[in-house]
Amino acid sequence: MRQIDPDFLALPLRRLADAALARARELGAEYAAFRLERVRAETLRLFDAKLEGSIDADDLGFAVRVVKNGTWGFAAGIALTPEAAAAVAEQAVLVAEVSAPINREPVELAPEPVYADVTWVSAYEVDPFEVPLREKVELLAGWSGDLLAQAGRVDHVSASLMQVKEQKFYADSAGTVTTQQRVRVHPQLTAMRADGERFDDMRTLAPPAGRGYEYLTGTGWDFPAELATLPELLAEKLAAPSVEPGLYDLVVHPSNLWLTIHESIGHATELDRALGYEAAYAGTSFATFDQLGELTYGSKIMNVTGDRTAEHGLATVGWDDEGVRAQSFDIVTDGTLTGYQLDRRMALLKGLGRSNGCAFADSPGHPPIQRMANVSLRPAEGGPSTEELIAGVGNGVYVMGDKSWSIDMQRYNFQFTGQRFYRIVDGRLAGQLRDVAYQATTTDFWRSMDAVGGPQTYVLGGAFNCGKGQPGQVAPVSHGCPTARFRNVRILNTVQEGGK
Amino acid sequence: MTPQETVERALALPGADDRVVIVDEGSSANLRFAGNTLTTNGVARSARLTVISIAGAGVGVVSRSAVRDDQLADVVAAADAAARDARPSEDARPLVDGFAQADWDAPVEPTSIDVFAGFAPALGETFATAEASGRRLYGFAEHLVNTVFVGTSGGLRRRYDQPTGRLELNAKSPDMARSAWTGVATKDFSDVDVAALDGVLARRLDWAKRRVDLPAGRYETILPPTAVSDLMIYLYWSAGARDAADGRTVFSRPGGGTQVGERLSEAPIRLFSDPRHPGVECVDFAVAHTSGREQSVFDNGLPLDHTDWISGGTLSNLVQTRHSAELTGLAATPQIDNLIMESATGAGGLDDLIAATERGLLLTCLWYIREVDPQSLLLTGLTRDGVYLVENGEVVGEVNNFRFNESPVDLLGRLTQVGVSEQTLPREWNDYFTRAVMPPVRVPDFNMSTVSQAS
Repeated sequence: MRQIDPDFLALPLRRLADAALARARELGAEYAAFRLERVRAETLRLFDAKLEGSIDADDLGFAVRVVKNGTWGFAAGIALTPEAAAAVAEQAVLVAEVSAPINREPVELAPEPVYADVTWVSAYEVDPFEVPLREKVELLAGWSGDLLAQAGRVDHVSASLMQVKEQKFYADSAGTVTTQQRVRVHPQLTAMRADGERFDDMRTLAPPAGRGYEYLTGTGWDFPAELATLPELLAEKLAAPSVEPGLYDLVVHPSNLWLTIHESIGHATELDRALGYEAAYAGTSFATFDQLGELTYGSKIMNVTGDRTAEHGLATVGWDDEGVRAQSFDIVTDGTLTGYQLDRRMALLKGLGRSNGCAFADSPGHPPIQRMANVSLRPAEGGPSTEELIAGVGNGVYVMGDKSWSIDMQRYNFQFTGQRFYRIVDGRLAGQLRDVAYQATTTDFWRSMDAVGGPQTYVLGGAFNCGKGQPGQVAPVSHGCPTARFRNVRILNTVQEGGK
Repeated sequence: MTPQETVERALALPGADDRVVIVDEGSSANLRFAGNTLTTNGVARSARLTVISIAGAGVGVVSRSAVRDDQLADVVAAADAAARDARPSEDARPLVDGFAQADWDAPVEPTSIDVFAGFAPALGETFATAEASGRRLYGFAEHLVNTVFVGTSGGLRRRYDQPTGRLELNAKSPDMARSAWTGVATKDFSDVDVAALDGVLARRLDWAKRRVDLPAGRYETILPPTAVSDLMIYLYWSAGARDAADGRTVFSRPGGGTQVGERLSEAPIRLFSDPRHPGVECVDFAVAHTSGREQSVFDNGLPLDHTDWISGGTLSNLVQTRHSAELTGLAATPQIDNLIMESATGAGGLDDLIAATERGLLLTCLWYIREVDPQSLLLTGLTRDGVYLVENGEVVGEVNNFRFNESPVDLLGRLTQVGVSEQTLPREWNDYFTRAVMPPVRVPDFNMSTVSQAS
């Protein structure tokens, strides 16, 4: 198991925390939390096997959040001295005081045990920042070159690799002190071709992962094997017929379904949205709090959990950014809404007891807000394979890979496209289709799910860049799911939608 | 060490053939509220040093925040080492000629929570008014001051101080069934009249008391400036010259090349950027922390001037670097941080368009806009915070929301009326883009693909 980097531990973590928390107490704060973070990110982008650009950047700083007379105050700074930490604590208290005239709802936090001095490191083997840049460029350029060598089938290839190492030190006025480090990587390659008047592309389905550089060298994904399939898949897509719009049965592969889960379940079951805190921006939720335990979200075979514990999950941590230990919890049970994602304030506000640990800040300059856990659809024990699910469809479409997505501000109406769509005729795949999008209302869609695949079909998908909040924050999150089948879903022809 | 001293010291260290040094100094203050009460707030400072080292045609970029004086040499050395280890960059060009800006040495003047000293109490009073009238207010107020310093080993020294402020105000009925939104861009909040904005929202919530359900279909639709801005910004972000030349975008010419010079609209539409456009002034030189499809680190400091993207309805330029300009044979026209759309025959404001409508829809704004098809630039998204039915020149009620599927390029060719342009705050993209001047427009057949139950 990897250890937290010594150069992070060598920063004056406790001295700054002590100075900030002491100053906040002196100024009358009833609660204070200090968080110091270093987030290092490196992104490489290649086009046609040539490096277009790379940047190795970090974000180092600290924040103090207080509750003073029932009002939040938050301030962030960058000078790593005890004096600066105390000054930032003073600013946080000042912000609380200036904000007091517009606060009508006193802040109180759900209780949480104290974790006096705990550490956590995510499951990875090779720190991507210990791998020379040239080696990473050569790997991506080699893969790109292999695709470009398919003359006549691939015109261009784009490749990218995002790598992040996130280090957090947290200390609060209750006595909790956590130190954590996690790593994530996201390689992507896209093959492109123009065929007469048509242009199209085909992207790898490899999801981002809470893993290290070993993910690119054979652990967790076989990139060479997937890349070898792209030229043929792209050629078939370019030659495919345009879809006839209408109602079809869908079989959705996890590489596409993860995003539908993210948008229609993950965001819809964030309690801050249900309570209206995001109403002016990300939106609210049709899954209002009064429907907890009552709402029929989906069919009886729908079971959804939230967790911050899944190995290699992008939202996986040891403790959240309010010092709450990572947990796993139910969101939808046998088709019924049974839980929300919480932070400490909302957990107490709605009488739900302890927070389930979903507070997260994406940088030292932002306050923690309620962010998404790894929200995942449970497979059916002993359930069918993807082929068996397809075999149960007479006239349908099989969907793989994510692409375009959009959903309304209450998470009712969504529309998704994908990397590839296959026609299903009499239980068998009958070639790819073009110009496909599926569109549905969330509860109609999940209530139409008549089969979920077994554990053998389960894949952990996800994204680095889930956006929420103002100021805007991005969060990484994973979603695991099996292949699943849905009946009578509306399919659009995107060319016809464009009026062509 | 001041930002200017950081630039000079980083450039003076021995090592690479050439260097570009960028220092970004930022400060921010914000208030967020929901249901007539505060939810979050904060102030923050940031400082980032980016060293771009050039060794031959190799480039190394290292960017670090909160760099202490004793760490500067390590950051520079890391960038130099990356440059020496890099393959040649195909966008390598001589650095932009030296130019020393007169106010280079002036100190940075950060923002603070004090920027809300007048606004916060006014917002509190507006909360009380709204509460008494049965409205709940939601929204966000933010003020940023970002200063960028760019220095090169060729002697260029340029800086830009950019204040950015925005207020989003959303009013809802207590049952959340009715919603109205407005937003303003501001430089310092001194010009924000929150009570007046609340008054606008109160009027719109009244409009929504009569509900009319309409099915999906194509409708004559009036888009206000904010909705136009979100569509045009997506068009602008999709206007990269290299991708167009590679056959990947709506601006690709079938058979090869770009559509520059081709007519997109019979209307005399002009879409342009100008760093000195009144009210939406922005950085007037290129800043690139890394190279990409539409920016090059070698272009840092390149002067930015008025650039027509569409002129007289004809595609005039695409976003690109000096390098891609050589590949496409077009002018080097980097991206600029504002966008203005005008019509030579534009007349009247939003109220005039409403008054001239026999039967149509009036939108408030668009949301969750995503690309469906890059080759047609088909976008999907939702209407939000009020779709109103207009009959005989007057708003007669509120309609359900819709999911739309439309291409902004195609829309330009179908506009039947364009009003006078005004500064507006984009609803969807204001996290990234706040400087927009747009007209209201009329589209005879806007494609509302399906009904959304959201309110």
